[in-house]
Amino acid sequence: MTDTRRALSFDDQTDIVRRFPEQFGIDWWRRGRLIGGLVVVVALFVFGLIRLEIPFDRLISGSIRLIKFTAMMLPPDPGSWAQAKIYLNAMGETIAIAFLGTLGGALLAFPVSFLAARNVVGSRVLQLVTRRGLDAVRGVDTLIWALIWVGVVGLGPFAGILAVMCSDFGTFGKLFSEAFEAADKRSIEGVKATGGSHVHSIRFGLLPQVIPILASQVLYYFESNTRSATIIGIVGAGGIGLQLAEQIRVLEWQKVSFLIVLIMIAVAAIDWLSGKLRFAIIGRRAVA
Amino acid sequence: MPAVVSELPDAQLRHLIDHYEAAVSAKRRRAAVGAAVLVVMIAASAWMGEVDLLKLAENFWRFPSYFISIMPTLSFGTLWTDLADWLWGLNRWTGLLLDTLLIAYVGTLIGAIAGFVLCFLASANLVRSRTTVFVTRRFLEVCRTVPELVFALVFVLAFGLGPLPGVLAIAIHTTGALGKLFAEVVENIDDEPIDGVVASGGNWMEMVRFAVVPQVLSNFVSYALLRFEINVRGAAVMGFVGAGGIGQDLIEAVRKFYYTDVSAILMLIIVTVMTIDYCTEAVRHRLIGRESR
Repeated sequence: MTDTRRALSFDDQTDIVRRFPEQFGIDWWRRGRLIGGLVVVVALFVFGLIRLEIPFDRLISGSIRLIKFTAMMLPPDPGSWAQAKIYLNAMGETIAIAFLGTLGGALLAFPVSFLAARNVVGSRVLQLVTRRGLDAVRGVDTLIWALIWVGVVGLGPFAGILAVMCSDFGTFGKLFSEAFEAADKRSIEGVKATGGSHVHSIRFGLLPQVIPILASQVLYYFESNTRSATIIGIVGAGGIGLQLAEQIRVLEWQKVSFLIVLIMIAVAAIDWLSGKLRFAIIGRRAVA
Repeated sequence: MPAVVSELPDAQLRHLIDHYEAAVSAKRRRAAVGAAVLVVMIAASAWMGEVDLLKLAENFWRFPSYFISIMPTLSFGTLWTDLADWLWGLNRWTGLLLDTLLIAYVGTLIGAIAGFVLCFLASANLVRSRTTVFVTRRFLEVCRTVPELVFALVFVLAFGLGPLPGVLAIAIHTTGALGKLFAEVVENIDDEPIDGVVASGGNWMEMVRFAVVPQVLSNFVSYALLRFEINVRGAAVMGFVGAGGIGQDLIEAVRKFYYTDVSAILMLIIVTVMTIDYCTEAVRHRLIGRESR
């Protein structure tokens, strides 16, 4: 049964080819572009390998060493209860850094993001200048901000909070203003049509639309900042990164794996919690 | 025509007003509880994070003064020589920036390929075995949750100083991040082409090749470009732990108080990051635009 059907379709093939030549012929222009693109990608890759002088001989010996390290990591062990308490405290510091940093960044960015939104501020120049300023703040990594703040307020988690705050300021400013620009114009016009001023139109027309979106973005960044806050301790800005970097440098692998497990649990917990809150705020459909 | 305002009987009105007030006060109560929780959390984190506003107020002058001190002295009369003076290490720095970009590029490419391969195994709609999906997902999660700088620290010990640990750290982190995003894209695709290929006798590989990949490829490229952008920032600080790129020079300049060098390197990093942002955004818009058309 199936054989006859297949044979039938092959009989028709010449006719089909004749009727739809573009489906069967090779589109040399498209194929050429594809091959050209691939060549560029591969060439850049090879250029990178050559320029970075990747030592392939070290790849094997290093991998063997890596496997040894991994074996030494098992089982995760903090050493003693007192040590574990220090680590838990450091984890708490990290979460505090992420929480206050995100919140502070959001609060700082909120007023500035109005200036960066095209539909709120009349002056195009002011809007562009604010945007580029926010871009510059964002271009500096959290770790670099941490270095700068350590110089201002000294070592410790406070510097970390300020660092996360600074880099989040740039990110939130951009995200918030984009949310403003994407807002529905009609409710703003409605407020104006009933005699509201520009400020009224923002307060009653714009804000109710965007506040849930902003809250969801802040929660999302709280989660991602927990990840980045785990490392700013490497430059001395408090949190679990300090402990982690120290234990890696003195090759205490069991403690390292304990710390990593601790980080993963904390991140997963916050991930779960902030996901729950986001859904509660904006509803399940809007996130997906 | 005189305006007639129809009024409800008192009893019914009373009922409605009670309902309204109950609803309002319930909402107020919820807001108050939320605010109280927030305040408690802020206080707890402020205590944990050793927030000291007095210290901040006392030392805040150092923040602007730091930026003033790293500013180069440029005057109009001698602008050219001043600029040359400020950017004295330009040749070395552009070389290091190129290294940073290449670290990000090579790492992203390796990670994207690994993520591409793994994402099909992590998609519940393509793989029958729950175990495979579960194991792949957990593996991607580990890759993603451990910060790349931690991977870099470990790899520096295993492979020695230089760009290699940086590339590997970025590759592993990218595998985790992109693998998850790719898998989500794959799980949202249209099932009909899959049924079509399976019905005409295709095996699993052919199903992925002809039914899945054509649907998801442009999304994949867009995500990979976004990741490249993120990785450029990540690669800029890889040098902090000795994993190659411009970060090494930056942290040295900061620690040794070579003020004008700090601003020169920072400016170069910012300009590079912004340029990459613009280029990838333009390409991504074209990709996504083509898809929606």
